[in-house]
Amino acid sequence: MHIVVCVKQVPNTTQVRIHPETNTLVRDGVESVMNPFDENALEMALQLKEKHPGTKVTALTMGPAQAAAVLKEAVGRGADEVMLLCDKAFAGSDTWATSYALSRAIGTLEPKPDLVLFGKQAIDGDTAQVGPGVADWLGLPCITYAFGIEIAGGQAVVQRAFEDGYERLEVALPCALTVLKEANVPRMASLRGKMAAKKLEIAPVTAEQIGADPARIGLTASPTRVVKIFSPPPKTGGVKWQGEEPAAMARRLVEALRERQVI
Amino acid sequence: MALNIDLEVCTGCGACVAVCPFCALTQRASDGKVEVNEACTACGACVEVCPVGALSLAAAPAAPAAAAPGEFRGLWVVAEQRGGRLQEVAFELLGKGRELADQLGVSLGAVLLGHGVGDCVAPLFEHGADRVYVVDHPALETYTSEPYAEAMSELIRRHKPEIVLAGATSIGRGFIARVAIQVNAGLTADCTELAVEPESRQLLQTRPAFGGNIMATILCPNHRPQMATVRPKVFARPAPEAGRTGERMDETVELKAPVVRVLETVNAMQNEVNVAGAEFIVTGGRGVGGAENFKLLADLADALGGAAVGASRAAVDAGWISSFHQVGQTGKTVRPKIYIACGVSGQIQHLVGMSSSDTIIAINKDPDAPIFDVADIGIVGDLFEVVPELIKALRQ
Amino acid sequence: MAELNYGLSELAQEIRGMVREFAETRVKPVRAELDEEGRFPAEILRELGKMDLMGLYIPAEYGGTFEGDSLPNIIAVEELSRICIGVSVSYAANGLGADPILIGGSEAQKKKYLPPLASGEKWAAYALTEPNAGSDAGSIRTTAVKKGDKYVLNGTKQWITNGGEADIYTVFAVTDKARGARGVSAFIVEKGTPGFSFGKKENKLGIRASATRELIFEDCEVPAENLIGREGTGFIWAMKTFDVSRPGIAAQAVGLAQGALDEAVAYAKVREQFGRPIIANQGLSWMLADMATKVETARALTYAVVKTIDAGSKDYSKFSAMCKMYASDAAMQVATDAVQVFGGYGYMKEYPVEKMMRDAKILQIYEGTNQIQRDIIGLALNKEYAAAARK
Repeated sequence: MHIVVCVKQVPNTTQVRIHPETNTLVRDGVESVMNPFDENALEMALQLKEKHPGTKVTALTMGPAQAAAVLKEAVGRGADEVMLLCDKAFAGSDTWATSYALSRAIGTLEPKPDLVLFGKQAIDGDTAQVGPGVADWLGLPCITYAFGIEIAGGQAVVQRAFEDGYERLEVALPCALTVLKEANVPRMASLRGKMAAKKLEIAPVTAEQIGADPARIGLTASPTRVVKIFSPPPKTGGVKWQGEEPAAMARRLVEALRERQVI
Repeated sequence: MALNIDLEVCTGCGACVAVCPFCALTQRASDGKVEVNEACTACGACVEVCPVGALSLAAAPAAPAAAAPGEFRGLWVVAEQRGGRLQEVAFELLGKGRELADQLGVSLGAVLLGHGVGDCVAPLFEHGADRVYVVDHPALETYTSEPYAEAMSELIRRHKPEIVLAGATSIGRGFIARVAIQVNAGLTADCTELAVEPESRQLLQTRPAFGGNIMATILCPNHRPQMATVRPKVFARPAPEAGRTGERMDETVELKAPVVRVLETVNAMQNEVNVAGAEFIVTGGRGVGGAENFKLLADLADALGGAAVGASRAAVDAGWISSFHQVGQTGKTVRPKIYIACGVSGQIQHLVGMSSSDTIIAINKDPDAPIFDVADIGIVGDLFEVVPELIKALRQ
Repeated sequence: MAELNYGLSELAQEIRGMVREFAETRVKPVRAELDEEGRFPAEILRELGKMDLMGLYIPAEYGGTFEGDSLPNIIAVEELSRICIGVSVSYAANGLGADPILIGGSEAQKKKYLPPLASGEKWAAYALTEPNAGSDAGSIRTTAVKKGDKYVLNGTKQWITNGGEADIYTVFAVTDKARGARGVSAFIVEKGTPGFSFGKKENKLGIRASATRELIFEDCEVPAENLIGREGTGFIWAMKTFDVSRPGIAAQAVGLAQGALDEAVAYAKVREQFGRPIIANQGLSWMLADMATKVETARALTYAVVKTIDAGSKDYSKFSAMCKMYASDAAMQVATDAVQVFGGYGYMKEYPVEKMMRDAKILQIYEGTNQIQRDIIGLALNKEYAAAARK
């Protein structure tokens, strides 16, 4: 079996803050990490590899040269091969153009993948659009929000979460999945894996090498445009009510919540 | 647009590097001057902070128009149903959609995909739809993304709406991204604000990024339809207008048999355990006093229309509730719309897991409890007196 | 944070980073639970195995990554110990169980038993102590009687770390009662051997995550090929094992003390009394200064002893004893002081220093009490100076 896992390097968003005075993004000392949901997708691939000997796991990313770090992390954990899509021509790609580029890259891989895995979403963009998008370009069925998988006889049985429940679905390979955190606990890199990753030289793969149509990549091919970035409105409130009857405070609270349209 | 860097002017101060949300700027080792990499989205955050004006956004060649925008008219919302039951988000989208459609002076359509879902049509009219496009097909009986995307794409090609809104739900997010590829449209996820410019007929889509630390406004200048998803509970559900009706459009679409087969549906995921993704969370701390008292919090959760029950480490350590419920450094990090902390003192390990919740409500006997420092609304009082009153007020 | 330059190899530095992250993310969240329930950290050991970290002391030819530098292993023990020595003792006891095989085992024994230990598939334990043979290890009563191509073991071992959990046990038994310590032999006994069972699991003050259990041998037949070395060499293997394993205890002590210091300083900076952080009080900051100095002294001594052993010195019993004794006394002191820095909170289970103080005590007791260590040092001094006087 050949499993491709698409991973993304993201800033560790839990460390990103807005500077209270300058109102700009403070990213000092913020490290770049593998998108946490992608870690679950990779772990799903590695567990399948353990269960199905002979499986090859390929980690694929698109990004700047330093995104090679997430591919090395993937190798440290047990990925067999990697591909770094890196070309100025991809700059500014939105989810539409990114989906196209990744699908072209996957199209060049040998053998043809049986399974293409993604994290549910990336924590920097939070769109959850690239997985289904790539699947569409490749003409593969896609099951989103997957948290469990069993493979036998060319068929996958997948558990897929809803807001209030889950389904068991059956699909013939090849297919694509987007994976939830609940799927597993991602392993950490092994010593031998890390040593192998250190020695690994990752050559960037260009748009031309994957035969990408220049009209479908990068900022110009992206239907959406970010036109403004700003900090969220500061939290209101910080009010404290005391000394009133519990019933009165409870009523005031419900009113306040209704006013904010949160209930 | 593309980012231009005037290297003659750049002083290598690094101010732009620190503000770039996409890690797209780096300083050259040789002289500290700035370079831009592939991660750049031309958002312009750096342009504003450059003290010497070395950065500018140049107009890039306009994206080739995928479609003549003028041909597209009308605003659609996806009327998500499961098992023949319209989902709440469908009504919320109709509310916002009505407002935007009126500003644009166009009709509001609702797209209903399913099999034997005729009962869903009338409520859509009552909540603001002018037209309901119904695709009734056996392949759509239970949701799988492929036939849903196929049907939706076909309708878009047929009727050319200028805006399509869908719920950012498990279903909506799953198939609408495929539709965007199939109809060559722009798609913006999880919008928290939507507005239109009637002149340019542009949809202004505002959404949080970086875990809610920044907001971005996104446009889709040349592609139609302009598509966006919106999370449940972002917009208010409009009041229905009884008896309001509209035009029902029964659409025939050829669909392939689903390639994904549903073996089993289990509607039993214990919602109260699913703390991480919950929109409302009621959390109990040491002040809850015992396992049996978590029942009271479950009642409050129920009164809120199905909130998750969380717990502080103290409550978990005391064995009152399982660690699946734990919020905080060693538990889950949550970002619900409403977080109600009952009898939680607010130790830092708890605060790091929940302080970015949209609205934080704290109920605690101790007026000096640190939880009040992060609460939007703090109620100083005994949770055993306040919570029952709260349940009563909510149920009214 | 500023660090002394110990000239660590790239591998040792890599290991420090890996194990620190592992301990922070995998051990820290569960340490209180493991301690409270007295639960063996099986999952944690399995994961360490998957990360290739169970064979740091085993040479490459037997599946490990050891290449003459013991510091990566010592540092792995230290970093786990910063978070929980209940976990680190369960980890390090594998090495203790394997050491007699590494030191005295035949090529066939090494080839058979070391690779599964290096991969973490199997775990090991070291079984010397008996109810009546603690520091006086020469007085063990478990017997091994040769019968054809087998030895028949009878007796009870006590307080065996990893007892019941390990798959491979190195067991010390008397083959010739008349010869005292020179009549002791070492055997490899596999779990599941008929006649080999486990007794009660101890309820302990500290290191509660570790399994400490009785081993019971009732006419347990062990193949003669499982004898390590020759008959009567067991005591040599036992003592040689301690000489190389004592720096491991010192590493546990350094880690525990570092963990307690980290907690104490962090707390002293945020805890405010009389309107300022308590670290602003000179009396308290001097206490922290003494703690920090003890930690670094213990680390420096321990690393120096490890490097001396690695360099091939034959005469290191004294130094092994010194680092074990010094570091464990330091750890007890630092952990006790950390509780003091926390005041009343330090006495509560919500904060980790309470556990650290309970855990630290064992370091002064196991692998030879610190009184025995002083005996070893004293004996060595006596010998060395007698030799010097003769010259």
